[in-house]
Amino acid sequence: MSETSIHGSRADVAADRFPVETIRAQFPILAQQIRGRQLAYLDNAATTQSPTAVMDAVREFESTIRANIHRGVHTLSQQSTDAFEQARADMGRFLGLGDAHGLVFTSGTTEALNTIAYGLSAGDGVPASLGAGDEIIVSGLEHHANLIPWQRAARRSGATLRILLPDTAGRVHVEDLAKLLGPRTRVFALTACANATGYRPPYETMLRMAAEAGALTVLDGAQAVSHETIDLPALECDFLAFSSHKMYGPMGIGGLAGRLSALERLSPLRLGGDMVDWVNLEDAGFAPLPSRLEGGTQNVGGAVGMAEAARFIDRIGRPRIDAEVRRLRARATAGLETIEGLTVLNPESTESAIVAFVARGVHPHDIGTLLDERAIAVRTGHHCAMPLMERLGSGPTTRASFAAYNTDDEVDRLVEAVDAALRALA
Amino acid sequence: MNDGDALTDLYQELVLEHKRSPRNFGPMQAPSHEARGTNPQCGDDIQVQLRIDGDRIDDIRFTGSGCAICVASTSMMTEAVKKGGVGSALELQERFRAVMTGKREAREAGLGKLASLAGVRRYPSRIKCVLLGWHALGHAIGEADKAGEGKSA
Repeated sequence: MSETSIHGSRADVAADRFPVETIRAQFPILAQQIRGRQLAYLDNAATTQSPTAVMDAVREFESTIRANIHRGVHTLSQQSTDAFEQARADMGRFLGLGDAHGLVFTSGTTEALNTIAYGLSAGDGVPASLGAGDEIIVSGLEHHANLIPWQRAARRSGATLRILLPDTAGRVHVEDLAKLLGPRTRVFALTACANATGYRPPYETMLRMAAEAGALTVLDGAQAVSHETIDLPALECDFLAFSSHKMYGPMGIGGLAGRLSALERLSPLRLGGDMVDWVNLEDAGFAPLPSRLEGGTQNVGGAVGMAEAARFIDRIGRPRIDAEVRRLRARATAGLETIEGLTVLNPESTESAIVAFVARGVHPHDIGTLLDERAIAVRTGHHCAMPLMERLGSGPTTRASFAAYNTDDEVDRLVEAVDAALRALA
Repeated sequence: MNDGDALTDLYQELVLEHKRSPRNFGPMQAPSHEARGTNPQCGDDIQVQLRIDGDRIDDIRFTGSGCAICVASTSMMTEAVKKGGVGSALELQERFRAVMTGKREAREAGLGKLASLAGVRRYPSRIKCVLLGWHALGHAIGEADKAGEGKSA
């Protein structure tokens, strides 16, 4: 083995330094210059970049195995099916799944959440879990993808949608949840980390409270899976939604993991090929899980790439990545808070890879444009969380978000560039 | 380290000056025409109100919040069309939009002060911002016309 491995150089290991340069070297996209300046990619909450190992795994699949799964007797079809099921097993290990749990591939978190909300309310092939008089509780921290599907599920089923409102600092409280939970609560849906602010709710406790009240529990893990170790069986969690592209994997693939007993309660969202046992001209019988919820041709290459991304993460180690992104967040928060007229949202939320801020009298779009001028990529706007932005009264925000390949230097460039932008624009 | 082109091209002093002290800003009593322009992606939200007498814009004001480009563009727009004809306001809107969408050269479009916003053309993600107030102007004039026809009928 060479001196430098994925774990970092021997010097890194000896000093227990985070091997950021070794990691960066595996992400060719980061090496580029934008308008003559080194790219600083700080938009990881929108999408992370992929290491060469992931791209190679996808290319290897596409150039040697690619065929449709479960449909042919020929060799490639069998190999492709095996690759898909191997990816499922690998992702199951990544999430700690045991025999009582299953994993369904989806196009990402949005499709996973829609699959749950539709599946519990449609009552097609499977009795609906939601009906008139039932209650759904969703937090006010959510990305639109964990709110709008529940709005429709409530309308369709006659259930009532209740909101666990955050306080004006963007935090949710167990006492407020306790007041909302009741005998009619059927579903509780919560994010593992608010994408707009970086706030991490006490989801372990809240999911447990909801489960004890008899509700099905839904966790949006999109912002957590790349660095937090989510051990699904250790949580009172019936459904976990996540995306590959926020964990160094390909776009357009993700998953819905959950208890088999809960997954069994979902009417399939997508009807079509490969999700049926039998079909005649009048009716059809659905296949068992997971095929029942995987209608249509699957993104097999994506699943292979996502499993490789999980291996990439675990070669470095989630506790190490988690500590590193939290450290970068803390460094950014400390730097940004020295800037006159700037307010960091949820500065206390130290278990996060996301930092969002507002500046008095300066719009995030203008900040974003001036940061882009210095080749610093951040996200600006409402972050698909308009109700939360309204609740905070902050208006749109600027958001920087960190991954395993980000450096102190990039954080310092961010702080310096924001300071310069505010001086120019205020 | 400097900020290259954006500060000289996009955020010209005149633009920043209008952003800091927008003209004709604040609500109008009893407008005859009004419309709101919003950009849900970034939260820009501009309300344009007019008092139109015949085919003349007696007064125009705007409220709301937005980025520097959006606020400065709307502010300059109110200056440019106030006390002018409705027809020439719509014609100016057309010319301004043609410049911003690259269909026409800024220097031949006769935009006056508004030419200081021409740099926005090179920032595709910001064209919505520069046009938001102008869209609201067009809607305000267009939609209220229909209301006027309804009343006279």
